[in-house]
Amino acid sequence: MIEDISAARDVALAAVAGAQTVDLLDQFVAEHLGKRGPLASLKARLGALPTVDEKKAMGQALNEATSAVSAAADAHRAVLAAVERRAQLAGERMDLTEFRRPPARGHAHLVTEAWERLEDVFIGLGFKVAEGPEIETDWYNFEALNMPPSHPARSMWDTLFVEHGAPGSTVLRTHTSPVQARVMTTQEPPIYVVAPGRVFRNETADATHMPVFHQIEGLVVDRGISFADLAGTIEAFTRAFFGSGFTSRLRPSFFPFTEPSAEFDIRRPDGSWLELGGCGMVHPNVLAACGIDPEEWGGFAFGFGIDRMAKEYHGVDDLREMYSNDVRFIEQF
Amino acid sequence: MNIILSWLNDFAPFGGATDDNIERVAAGLNSLGLAVESVQHVGAPVPGVVTARVLRTERHPDAERVHRVFLDAGDGTERHVWCGAFNMSPGDVVPLATLGTVMPDGRDIQKRKILGIASEGMLCSATELAISEDHSGILILPGDTPLGLPIMEALGVEPDAVFELDLTRNRPDCWGHMGVARDLAAWFGLPFTVPGRPLGPLGPKHSAPVTIVDADRCGRFLSVVMSGIAVAESAPWMQRRLSLAGMRPISNVVDVSNYVMLEVNQPNHAYDLSTLGGGSFRIRRAAPDEALVTLDGVERTFVPRDLLICDGNDVPIGVAGIMGGRDSEISVSTTTVALEVAWFEPEGIGQSVPHLGLRSEASARFERGVDPYVIDLAVQRFAELLAETCPNLVVHEGAVDARAVSLPDEQRTTRVRTSRVNALLALSLADSDIAALLEPIGFVSECTEPGILMVRLPSWRPDATGEIDVIEEIARLYGYDRIPKTVRKSPEGGGLTPAQKRRRRVREVLLGLGVSEAMPDVFLSPGDMERAGMQGAVVSVANPLVAEQSVLRGSLIPGLLKSIAYNESHRASSVSLFEVGHRYLPGADVLPFEAEQLCIALAGREAPAAVQVWEEIRAALGWVTTSIVASAGPGVPGLHPTRHALVAIDDGRIVGALGEIDPGVLEAFGVTERVAVLDVDLGQLLALDPEPVQFRAFSRYPSSDVDLAFVIEEAVPAEHVAEAIRVGASAVLVRLDLFDVYRGSGVPGGSRSLAYRLRLQAPDRTLTDTDVAAVRVRCIDAVGKLGGTLR
Repeated sequence: MIEDISAARDVALAAVAGAQTVDLLDQFVAEHLGKRGPLASLKARLGALPTVDEKKAMGQALNEATSAVSAAADAHRAVLAAVERRAQLAGERMDLTEFRRPPARGHAHLVTEAWERLEDVFIGLGFKVAEGPEIETDWYNFEALNMPPSHPARSMWDTLFVEHGAPGSTVLRTHTSPVQARVMTTQEPPIYVVAPGRVFRNETADATHMPVFHQIEGLVVDRGISFADLAGTIEAFTRAFFGSGFTSRLRPSFFPFTEPSAEFDIRRPDGSWLELGGCGMVHPNVLAACGIDPEEWGGFAFGFGIDRMAKEYHGVDDLREMYSNDVRFIEQF
Repeated sequence: MNIILSWLNDFAPFGGATDDNIERVAAGLNSLGLAVESVQHVGAPVPGVVTARVLRTERHPDAERVHRVFLDAGDGTERHVWCGAFNMSPGDVVPLATLGTVMPDGRDIQKRKILGIASEGMLCSATELAISEDHSGILILPGDTPLGLPIMEALGVEPDAVFELDLTRNRPDCWGHMGVARDLAAWFGLPFTVPGRPLGPLGPKHSAPVTIVDADRCGRFLSVVMSGIAVAESAPWMQRRLSLAGMRPISNVVDVSNYVMLEVNQPNHAYDLSTLGGGSFRIRRAAPDEALVTLDGVERTFVPRDLLICDGNDVPIGVAGIMGGRDSEISVSTTTVALEVAWFEPEGIGQSVPHLGLRSEASARFERGVDPYVIDLAVQRFAELLAETCPNLVVHEGAVDARAVSLPDEQRTTRVRTSRVNALLALSLADSDIAALLEPIGFVSECTEPGILMVRLPSWRPDATGEIDVIEEIARLYGYDRIPKTVRKSPEGGGLTPAQKRRRRVREVLLGLGVSEAMPDVFLSPGDMERAGMQGAVVSVANPLVAEQSVLRGSLIPGLLKSIAYNESHRASSVSLFEVGHRYLPGADVLPFEAEQLCIALAGREAPAAVQVWEEIRAALGWVTTSIVASAGPGVPGLHPTRHALVAIDDGRIVGALGEIDPGVLEAFGVTERVAVLDVDLGQLLALDPEPVQFRAFSRYPSSDVDLAFVIEEAVPAEHVAEAIRVGASAVLVRLDLFDVYRGSGVPGGSRSLAYRLRLQAPDRTLTDTDVAAVRVRCIDAVGKLGGTLR
């Protein structure tokens, strides 16, 4: 019987070794090791053996034969599976550089982008963001800001008037400063806000001026506010927004709604200067007009253009391009 | 305003026109708030440029634009240069830039050949030597000028600098050199002195009487008669300063008048006394339609708010504070003048200037505010300077100094608290420090008690009225740069409001969906709103730049359609744009109606694209209390009448619409593609404050899917069918999808088939076939009530 077992084992091993695919291999394994396979029928003959020792010896031989076939099948299956996976992978080749397409993502407006960057810097410095209407009353745009009717300083702005109410009573705001007055008349100090927004001037558009453009305004009202706090805040903003290599300076200037007033300039790391905006201590008349006691509270304010920041940041040479809504412009950024 | 360094030096020793010193003075001016726009160095020596005599000139047959000039530079050798100017003759002395000279503009003079003949230098104009703006030809010097002399030495020109200042409205005093010098002397700690000497002995009494009729407009009018005048050219030094200051020299009388204005900031006017009717002045408001030909030869017609200078016969001879009349101008034969030195109320001048369209050096000063008490110094300087060219000048006794109620007080004071100064400027100055800072600029103070200063406000500083104005002066003279820098922190911390954060999120979602942000003009042409299908009143600009920008937009749609049309015309079709911006409509409140809108326009896309974009935004923002409502009414202006729906908040507020632009509107805007659109009131949507979504336990039991297709009339919105299914299926419906819409054979015209997949699941058990069948029947019944039949 031992010869029969050896023979069956050898036949099975040969079949397994000759299998060309995993499927065929599994088929051969089933044929040779299955319930109706030669080794199974040999196992059925064990009962007929005369002695316990013989039964034991033959049983062991049968188990060894089955194990040898299984082991050979597993080893061959691993080889065949690897070959087949290689063939599959080779057949699935893709050149991913064929699949590059222009991104479908939309493009933010440069002004919005600069606007949000500025907001974020001031938020980091502890400011909230205030908003106000674009059409304003004369009172908020001028009178509350220490410019009574027919004040000569009103001519510093080329005002666009709106036909509403009494002639001259309603304007397209010439600056974001009326938001200062709106905040001060509706909120209790302490106030730490910036007010970005759209402003309007009766000016013809050219490469550096637009009749409609954007400003950001800052206002702080608190106890014991000093000129040093103004200078320090401008300096902190300068470093946070432009980078640590930049510094700022204040130069005396004039605005009706601040006193002392200043222009502020940014010094680039190469030593050149960028004139940025105006600022100053909130004029006592402005605080008083907004119902805040100038003896108890003090404040400072500052403001500058957003469009110019976007223009400089992206090297746009003509402001009008930013408002062309031409996708050849929009899609560059 | 042009300020000349040598002129400033008449008041204090600021130093010469070396590069370093000019830079130092410019920095001082900037630190004082007298912003320097530009600095021009003039008359600096140009080594290599010497005087040379023209020996002869010669044309070359092949050279049309240049000729040959032969010169003697005093060294006995004949030099030859090519020259493009022809204004010299043999014998003239001219500036010759010899080889190797570096010109003020940086040009290097090299040996250059024209037609094979070398040029041994260059002849120079006054501009090329940076001594004046005169570039009309080569500078010609007197024939007896020694040869070979450095050019500036030959001209007697000292190096100088011109600072162009951009003055703020609060510094009218700096429209004269004296005011600038006063500030600058204080800054550098230099002694400040006013040049000139008192009037000498006066001549016999001769008056030109003055009547101020309108006392509210003219505060002071001084007239003084001067005789012995011989009209001639003024001295070269004066002509030079006037030229550098930007004024054309005319004659000694006019030049002295201008010089005094530029020096002490007091406009003044000399009338020929022989032609002054009645020999006297009347200052009064104009009569309606009264007219006068001014010095510039233009006839001006007046209204009663304009102020006139009239002669004794009440005939107008000048526009007060703005410009003199042509017929009273002094002439070459003038020998006796009546000099007007006056103070006019600023606001009145400021109103006449724009209405007359007439701005002058005088009006610019009067409307900002001139020192009413510098008049006496002005008269003194006028006489002193005119006497240089008119040695026989006599100033007559009998000057008339008419004063009226509008004349500001000479002595104004304000109380300044040292504690306030130090608190506002973060300094610790003593009373005496403050007094010392202020005194050099004429803010003389007296310490009445410790910590309190009574400060005199100088008459040349009309802007200064109260304590805060004085504090600004202290800060300015202390130096803004020397004030420390500190940072105050908000006790509350910074941040965006929830609505502001949501606005940013809306933008992000749209960008992610491939929609780009546009910023069309907020101004529209009249008729744009109507072209967009939107009738009704609009908000108009009272003083528009151009008629095409005279209306404020009542909707963002016209602007986006214009942008789409523009891009289409530049071969960019199917652009997707959005805008977040305000629209404006007439209203009855203090201000017109104004609202923040979100408008999205998708070119080349049909209405469903707008629905899809809306659903993305709605989901991202958690606006679960909003829905799309089929429009039952007459439609939405400007939108496709059968392809639109409304956006509503569940409390019933309609906040906008979506769909497609009406084809007629597209045609009117020249857009050829279809345009899907969403237009919503962003302000109302951002104000929605979604509740945090609460966790719901999901069922562990198996679910069953049921497909139901209904044939239903087109008039019944799909959303109504879905709602009926939701009600019919009740709580076991966990998901509902409209997976197919079919129109065509098998479905009657005017109807369509809507196929829904329902996923049913109970929280506590496995649904039985009987349960599912019951739900199916209830849904079919519910849709049946809407007229739908199971397909």
